[in-house]
Amino acid sequence: MAESVIKTEKLTKRFGDFIAANELTFDVKAGEIFGFLGANGAGKTTAMRMLCGLSIPSSGKATVAGFDVYKHTDEIKRNIGYMSQKFSLYEDLTVAENIRFYAGIYGLSNKEIKDKSEELVHQLGLEGETKKLVRELPLGWKQKLSFSVAIVHQPKIVFMDEPTSGVDPVTRRQFWDLIYAAADKGMTIFVTTHYMDESEYCNRISIMVDGVIRALDTPYNLKKQFSANSMDEVFYGLAREAKRTGD
Amino acid sequence: MKQLFTFIKKEFFHVFRDRKTLLMLFGLPIVQIVLFGFALTNEVKNAKIVIADYSKDVTTKKIIDKIEASKYFEVEKSLKSHNEIEAAFREGKIKLAVIFPENFNEDLMHLNKAQMQVIADASDINTANTLTNYISSIVMDYQRELMQNVAISLSITPEIRMLYNPELKGEHIFIPGIMAMIMMLVCVMMTSISIVKEKELGTMEILLVSPFKPLMVIFAKFIPYLIISFFNITSILLLSVYALDLPIKGNIFLLYGEALLFIMTSLSIGLLISINAQSQQTAMFGSLMATMLPTLLLSGFMFPIENMPVPLQVISNVVPSKWFFQIVKAIMIKGAGFSAIWKETVILIGMTIFLMAVSLKKFKIRLE
Repeated sequence: MAESVIKTEKLTKRFGDFIAANELTFDVKAGEIFGFLGANGAGKTTAMRMLCGLSIPSSGKATVAGFDVYKHTDEIKRNIGYMSQKFSLYEDLTVAENIRFYAGIYGLSNKEIKDKSEELVHQLGLEGETKKLVRELPLGWKQKLSFSVAIVHQPKIVFMDEPTSGVDPVTRRQFWDLIYAAADKGMTIFVTTHYMDESEYCNRISIMVDGVIRALDTPYNLKKQFSANSMDEVFYGLAREAKRTGD
Repeated sequence: MKQLFTFIKKEFFHVFRDRKTLLMLFGLPIVQIVLFGFALTNEVKNAKIVIADYSKDVTTKKIIDKIEASKYFEVEKSLKSHNEIEAAFREGKIKLAVIFPENFNEDLMHLNKAQMQVIADASDINTANTLTNYISSIVMDYQRELMQNVAISLSITPEIRMLYNPELKGEHIFIPGIMAMIMMLVCVMMTSISIVKEKELGTMEILLVSPFKPLMVIFAKFIPYLIISFFNITSILLLSVYALDLPIKGNIFLLYGEALLFIMTSLSIGLLISINAQSQQTAMFGSLMATMLPTLLLSGFMFPIENMPVPLQVISNVVPSKWFFQIVKAIMIKGAGFSAIWKETVILIGMTIFLMAVSLKKFKIRLE
């Protein structure tokens, strides 16, 4: 059994009377692709923000990459990558400048930045485009570049918040190839998604409803547990019970 | 440190890639100086004036002829009495009054010196300045002509009075005003827009998740605009000294020091706006409302504060540009040292600390 890189115990976040995330307990193993599902407003983002060190939990315990989310947020930040549903790239900067900037703020040395840039550009097949402004790239490329930039500092864990929303199926498929390649290298992937077909690509899935984790297992076991034919059915079965409305 | 440098470099990319911003940042000071400096001050033609001649002698007759011959003035002859003149001033019908006292010629002949009075409507400072200068030079001209014929030195002194606005006598106040306005524009508007832009694009989130400290993000945003502001101040000063012949009377280092302080004030206002604004438009309108309008209306730049209703005078005290305006005016025009402006400086420092503290506190809360 691989070691756990994310470990939470009764992790809770309250905003006044509202409990956004209620006693979340789960762990994610190194190299795992962990799907984090839930309707809008279910508490996914809150949970993710706590794990990224952006928000201090109200109670409970959690470690990320071996560091405590209360005390060592700086160390956590150094060991994780983050990709949001919005573009994390600067449109008025070129491809090369974007890579250099993100590598730069993670404190990579000039040589590392140079090597990494070349490797990345080669991997994505963007050799001819490095001097182009990101604005001029097609959406799919931006998405892939954005992922590559998020892992430019080789984090132990990468958090992705609905990374494929608004991308066509072919590009999504290619995107997942990148994710698999990263996971093969031992990187842990923590991903939220709206696409149920994508959830099948994950090693394990947790489904949140109204701030609580209602199901957590491999896609295969979940389907068996809920006697469903697809993840769609599993998800809608659980999501229907939700009392909160999405935002 | 290297991380910070990377960040600052990126900010400069943003600035230099955006042609419109660039044009505004560097072109605006020049355009404004040219507008205010040339278009608005220099040529005033056919200004309505009144001449009250209580002496009615050869000398006054000659001076009056010269004034009437000038294309700058249109002498209003219908007004005679003191009351009429006063009323005309109040209604803005006349811009200037020239008064020769009863014994003007006698004084000139016997005492070799005479005084005349020039009263200008200084609510429009630029015009008032220009007109009094014209009158003075006409009188000087005449004096020179007189001196050619006689051996003794004769002097006619136009005693100038600025009506409604005595404080601003003879000052070219638009340079300090433009400085305040440009810095407000660059520091408040540009900074807030650039921070809000990161929020809008979602890149702010990425930055917050990175090990790069949030405070450093703010700091890195400040640096480029600080540098651009210094560049702008320098270009404004160069233009005013070399193109407009307005020397800087006081200490230039003191001037730059105070400018740095005002830049800090402006940057903290920009930060405060960017924390509250969710979109670039909001940030822009917020900046305009919070800075440009008060700077134009309440700093004393366009309209003398002394003439405002008391409530507005009170409100003007919370406008930072008012204090900066007074500081620059004192240094540039009066040549004042620090001892004359320490009060204004302390007020600005206080405002800056207050604004900084409030915005950093709010910034932290937002991160939670």
